[in-house]
Amino acid sequence: MRRFLSYRDFDWTLMGFVVALSVISVLEIYSATLHTKFVNFDQKQMLWLAGGFVSMFVLSLIDYHILLDIAVWAYGICLVSLVAVLAVGTKVLGGRRWISLPGGIHFQPSEWVKLVLIVVLARFFTNLSGRDLTWKDIFKAIAMVVVPMLLVMKQPDLGTALTYAPVLLVGLFLGGIRFRQAAILFLAASLALVPAWYKVLKPYQKARLTSFLAPDNDPRGSGYQIRQSLIAVGSGGVWGQGAEKGSQTQGDFLPIPYTDFIFAAFCEEHGLAGAVLVLLLYFLLLMRLVQNAQTAADLPGTLIVMGVVAVLIFQIAVNVGMVIGFMPVTGIPLPLMSYGGSSVLFTFLALGIVMNIRMSRFVN
Amino acid sequence: MAGTYNKDERIPSIKLTAMQYVIALILVILVSGLWRLQVLGAQNYRALAEANRIRKVPILAPRGKLYDRDGRLLVDNYPSVTCFLVPEQAHDLLGDVPLIAQGLHMQPDQLRAVLLRYRHQPKYQPIPLQQDITPDEQAFIAAHANELPELETIEEQRRLYPSNGFAAHLIGYVGEVSEDMLDDPRYAFYQPGDVVGRSGVEESYDPILRGQDGSRDVIVDSHGRELGALGIEPAKPGKSIKLTIDLDVQEAAEEALGARQGAIVAIDPRTGEVLAMVSHPTFDPNQFAIRIHRDEWNKLITDPDHPLMNKAIQAQLAPGSTFKIIEAIAGLQEGIAETLKVDCHGGAVFYGRYFKCWISARHQSHGITEIGKGIYQSCDVFFYTLAEKMGIDMIAKWAHMFGLGQKTGIDLPNEAAGIVPSPEWKMRNYHQKWFAGETISVGIGQGALAVTPIQLIRAIAGIGSGGVLKRPHVVFPNEVPADLKDYYQDRFPGSGDQVVPIDPANWQIVTDAMAQVVSFAGTAGFAHLDGIDFAGKTGSAQIVSNAYKASVGGGAKLNDTAWFVGMSPRRNPEIAVVVMWQNGSEGYFSARLAARVIEAYVNKQRRRDNNLVQVAAKTNPDAGKPPSTVPVTVKEKSAPSTATKQKTVGNLQRPRLATGPPTEMAALWTSAGSRPAAANKLPARVAAAFPMPVGATLEAGTFLLAPPPSPRTGGRK
Repeated sequence: MRRFLSYRDFDWTLMGFVVALSVISVLEIYSATLHTKFVNFDQKQMLWLAGGFVSMFVLSLIDYHILLDIAVWAYGICLVSLVAVLAVGTKVLGGRRWISLPGGIHFQPSEWVKLVLIVVLARFFTNLSGRDLTWKDIFKAIAMVVVPMLLVMKQPDLGTALTYAPVLLVGLFLGGIRFRQAAILFLAASLALVPAWYKVLKPYQKARLTSFLAPDNDPRGSGYQIRQSLIAVGSGGVWGQGAEKGSQTQGDFLPIPYTDFIFAAFCEEHGLAGAVLVLLLYFLLLMRLVQNAQTAADLPGTLIVMGVVAVLIFQIAVNVGMVIGFMPVTGIPLPLMSYGGSSVLFTFLALGIVMNIRMSRFVN
Repeated sequence: MAGTYNKDERIPSIKLTAMQYVIALILVILVSGLWRLQVLGAQNYRALAEANRIRKVPILAPRGKLYDRDGRLLVDNYPSVTCFLVPEQAHDLLGDVPLIAQGLHMQPDQLRAVLLRYRHQPKYQPIPLQQDITPDEQAFIAAHANELPELETIEEQRRLYPSNGFAAHLIGYVGEVSEDMLDDPRYAFYQPGDVVGRSGVEESYDPILRGQDGSRDVIVDSHGRELGALGIEPAKPGKSIKLTIDLDVQEAAEEALGARQGAIVAIDPRTGEVLAMVSHPTFDPNQFAIRIHRDEWNKLITDPDHPLMNKAIQAQLAPGSTFKIIEAIAGLQEGIAETLKVDCHGGAVFYGRYFKCWISARHQSHGITEIGKGIYQSCDVFFYTLAEKMGIDMIAKWAHMFGLGQKTGIDLPNEAAGIVPSPEWKMRNYHQKWFAGETISVGIGQGALAVTPIQLIRAIAGIGSGGVLKRPHVVFPNEVPADLKDYYQDRFPGSGDQVVPIDPANWQIVTDAMAQVVSFAGTAGFAHLDGIDFAGKTGSAQIVSNAYKASVGGGAKLNDTAWFVGMSPRRNPEIAVVVMWQNGSEGYFSARLAARVIEAYVNKQRRRDNNLVQVAAKTNPDAGKPPSTVPVTVKEKSAPSTATKQKTVGNLQRPRLATGPPTEMAALWTSAGSRPAAANKLPARVAAAFPMPVGATLEAGTFLLAPPPSPRTGGRK
């Protein structure tokens, strides 16, 4: 079957939102690292973004049905690499998350797993379409997500592990779970959280998860971070203190202002106006993605795009929620804003697949 | 292939619309949160930001030091500045090499080699360049902060351990807290990346040794530049701990074991205090003090000789003939052994199988043998017969009573429990029936029986003390602060303190026979010590069968484990020593190693009492002989009276806890001013090997006549 893809069908609108957010990101990383030892991180981020755009264009030319076909294999490789990272991974800051390859390459498999999970779940629910979900189907889907999730938690990287959950939830929702099943699952999950809290989480992780409720109780650890973040956001006011002028950001009070807390730095320097602009860009981007899902040529296309939407809105909600004190500190980066190669590449590869799905909609 | 998916199936668009509403709702909630902070709370937060001119800078608490029982320093701290290089922060890394090398007094090639070695690791990960940098190197880094942003320094309190792995297993080392430890509620205090005791005393007494970090409040301007200091909450240093170790005895034990593989433990049977604990091969804990290089670590954990294993408490091996002491006491107490007479022809048949006596290898036999000769000549046939008469259940019962097959409860991590085989044990673990012949093997400390050196010496010391067994420990109980007493109560479960009632007559028979072991008539005659009441028992435990050993053509790795348990004086001993020499072949070799440790201890006590000269000049005729009067009546179930003992062995009494002067021990460590590069080299083996040809004799008494021992540092540089 021959396919005719044309860049006339490329989603230039979506591309526009992505570029806008990327520019804001680079400018804020520049401002936030100006007086620190990470002074050239904005240039590095530009390199990552360039790599991201190239990967997006390349992936947009690959028929996503091929990805669906190889998804099962990719899933197997993901599990193997997650086990490998536990066994031979490089240890950084007490967590074992990276695999080093010869030639100075190192990567964090947990980011790629996210992408593979989106595709493999889309395939799974496509194969089930046309009938109601049975409990067996539901448990299969849960197992597919929970196994890599536990492996990533073991690294331990609670934040990344949590980002797998929305893929499952949206998959179940769109895959046709019935209300009664959803209610029962919700109850069971709530009950399972109790032993998980006591058995699975390490004491420092618990401290991190609870300190946002009372930031002043833990001045040494994450309570301090939350407190500094709230001050940064609040002191920004409506119009902000101006680029390179935020005292929390420039004075090194705000922790890691170029990655996890970049939104706090941005809020301090550009105020509510800037923050609403960024959230508006995210809103438009997500609406555009949902539209792409609606117009996708087939069911797996829709499911993949909605999987991407699920991960993005989850990360935005948890990261911005953390910055403004609604959520605990989990170390989840803000997509398209936070500095970091793995996060940038994930986002752009996901968007590349979405682009292909959009470009394929008129192709028969 | 691609494209086989159903195109008609669609998702109801109401679901996608619902998702859109959810997204909108989430973003509205986030905006409302921003509104609350940035509009309603703006004034308040701006004031807080204005006041936010004080930054907390942590001050790391120094760990507590370790001292020996006489108050001599064993483990110290010193402030150390380490220079790191973060490749990610460099403008032009390779171009900077000559300048960095010059400033840090390195060779450019050496620096390039370091960079090459770390080239595969992530660029943001710091590469340790130089530890313990000098003040002028620190000044160089500070002065070039703009040109060389890749250089970073960290100041920390570094642990300074004795060099060459002296007492390394006992002391342990510190390292980054591990994931498993973070799971443990005891370590809830710690964050990933913190330094914590990882082995030995450093681990088991970590809650005492670690301090509490403090902080310094620094005033900064809005760009984070320091303007001045406001207040200091000083770090609470960790509490120092006095160990029960006697440096002089430890020293003697280290030198005695030398390059051999195995372990030596010396304890004070009256209290269970460990006077010395050596395990070889050893390692250099200074390598672990900041972070060990991965290659060095891999070398340590893959070494077939297990240098990181504390063999004194973790090696589980057949005790060989040393077990005959426990069996003899058991046989006597059960009324079986006292009248038992056996005619040894170099072997005997039990349950249809011929069991050899060790002496048959010399084409001799023991002839008529009773309990005493059975012990000092270590006659296998006697103990085969005794074991047959007692039966495995009775043997196992007594072995358990003396603490075998259970942890002793010593206050060190990861103690092993050993094995006391019995029919139930075999059924439980192997689902097999017990064979009667196995009882015969257990009778001479072979078969599945496995003990740790610390277990064995606790049992033997208990027998020497008339049945009073003590929990071995390396830290004086009164060193533990009151609030941690309960914690340490349950921290190290084990057999602990026990009293096994022993008839005084039986006690005398066995201990006298043990003294005979190191006489001309015994199996370890040339370990005899003139002028010291010394008793013991040899053991040579097979690790593979003779047939297997012959079939593979022998090999030193298959040689017997050479055991010796010794004590002085023979009854109510003040010191008991176990020597476990892996592949040492013959127990009487180990006996000589134990003799050196006993001798070092006795000499030290005599020096303290100022009567060494008398002995050396042989003006005290009694000193050279075993005491002629020995107490034979000790009340059952009560600790042997100290008064009786002191009367018996007059010149062994010593003042308790006399604090020795700080000595030249300091030279044991790498001096703080020197480059720790030296400390980071592979551990040099402690002292040279002592060649020990078969049949060589130790000239008894030479130690006593020789000039005072050379400074303790001799031979360890």
